[in-house]
Amino acid sequence: MNSLAASALFWPGMALLAVLAVVSVRRVAAIDASRWAGTATAALFGVWVVVFWEVLVRTLEVPRVLLPAPSLILSAMLEHAVTLWGDFVQTVGKAVFVGWLLGSGLGFAVAVAIDRMPFLQRGLLPVASLTSAIPLVGVAPIMVMWFGFEWPSKAAVVVLMTFFPMLVSTLAGLQAAGKLERELMHSYAASYPRTLLALRLPAALPFIFGALKVNATLALIGGIVAEFFGSPTVGLGFRISTEAARMNMPLVWGAIVVAAVTGSLAYALLVAFERRAAFWHPSVRQG
Amino acid sequence: MVTMTKAVAPHLASGWLLILRRDVVPVAVVLLAVLALWYGMAYWLNSPGAIERVLDPQGGWTWRDLLRATMGMERPVMPAPHQVALDFYGSLTQWPINSPRNLLFHVAVTGKATLLGFVMGTALGLVLSVLIVHSRTLDRALLPWIVASQSVPVLAIAPIVLVILGSLGFSGVAPKATIAMYLCFFPVTVAMVQGLRSPQKMEAEMMHTYAASRWQTLWMLRLPAALPFLFPALRVGIAAGLVGAMVAELPTGAVAGLGARLLTGSYYGQTVQIWSALVMSALLGLTLIAGVSLVERAALRHRRGL
Repeated sequence: MNSLAASALFWPGMALLAVLAVVSVRRVAAIDASRWAGTATAALFGVWVVVFWEVLVRTLEVPRVLLPAPSLILSAMLEHAVTLWGDFVQTVGKAVFVGWLLGSGLGFAVAVAIDRMPFLQRGLLPVASLTSAIPLVGVAPIMVMWFGFEWPSKAAVVVLMTFFPMLVSTLAGLQAAGKLERELMHSYAASYPRTLLALRLPAALPFIFGALKVNATLALIGGIVAEFFGSPTVGLGFRISTEAARMNMPLVWGAIVVAAVTGSLAYALLVAFERRAAFWHPSVRQG
Repeated sequence: MVTMTKAVAPHLASGWLLILRRDVVPVAVVLLAVLALWYGMAYWLNSPGAIERVLDPQGGWTWRDLLRATMGMERPVMPAPHQVALDFYGSLTQWPINSPRNLLFHVAVTGKATLLGFVMGTALGLVLSVLIVHSRTLDRALLPWIVASQSVPVLAIAPIVLVILGSLGFSGVAPKATIAMYLCFFPVTVAMVQGLRSPQKMEAEMMHTYAASRWQTLWMLRLPAALPFLFPALRVGIAAGLVGAMVAELPTGAVAGLGARLLTGSYYGQTVQIWSALVMSALLGLTLIAGVSLVERAALRHRRGL
């Protein structure tokens, strides 16, 4: 322990800070005013967690391997900004994005294609639902063998992981249009493509966006974990696994911060898109 | 075309025949198609290697020879299904259960870590969700972070957990179970908060008029109401926990477990071994989910009518 932690004033000071934190979070949580009062409480809580993390790690001199201080993580991120940007481009910009787009697109296309084939639907749906129980990331070594160490092998893993959720959700979404609306289209003598475009696909939008959001997280996990199985010397997963092996924890945490921010941003972007595309849907209007 | 009214089959066959025709046949056809596609890919992907290594590159062989060669290669690019099945069966029957060559040995290692983590993560999620439902401060301060964590690849923290627990002196099943635990914990918490809040206002007010305590309301109203929310989350959680346990076996240089089996297979180019480990992990995943579903069926048995 250093001098600050040993001083008589440290623990009373920490206790005072803790009381202050609890009281302030409780106070803000009690505000019942607007929609963002909840967000403010969460943000304040997050700030307090970071403050305590920083103070305790520094004064108690927790080894860097166990838990680096937030300031150390931030300075590692700034110091290695170029490296992390390269990792981001490699993993997110190439493997995850391409894989997510291809996998979701294929799942959607197959679902629309078999929309008029109930036999195939009944055959594919149980099989596709069961794949959620299977650790599909495990195909990563096989994909490395087929497509090499570079990003296409990671994108292939992501395609496989994102295909089935989109297929299942789109099939469910295409059944979501109400009977009344379908009969109205029928009474207009609307053709099948017309009904699909004007009624059933719009009604399926919340399901499709739901799958896109789930897939965004799945794709990030797939892209990062696939790199644990072997990768070129760039990429978020590569950075996390090799720097963890070298005990350079601040940079590992930095790479995780990049991944976490990417995931949250992707989610927020998709929510914003959904609000634009399905602004009329009850689920969007309520939220 | 959209039919106005669903045609009701006039000659509804007896129950099981209908189920066979409507559900089993399509699935069987799809699975057969997958098998055929697999054989096709094995032929297509292995041909270049087979021509180069097994057959004479100059020619002098027919497509029958090529087909035979692609189906029985030692280190194929894509092993044929029967090769995987033979390797799978052989590993189960030809080696004792405690040999690392037996896949069940690896299943035991990975399954134990998954189940341990699953139990701990579920318990933690249940406790935390009860606290969140009863405390406005926790609800406002903590729940948004837990919900947000669903869009973050938390599995990426696995190497950090391994390093931290490793430097604290933990090894073996504990780090793997910890990773499985925190992967199970998030979906369970989110679903349980939703489920514990699902009772209608009227029901909650009735408990109030009975002068029921918080505990009684929790025990008699909230928990039973939350069960239908809990089980789907448990399925998600146990599947995520299995992935977590397998990923935890990668960086440690572990020698036991399905993840380690995958990694050693890829080090030594043993494609057949990778594929049978994959099949085994798929079976383990399906078994775990089926176990959760069985418990669900038993727990919700009395609610059929609702």
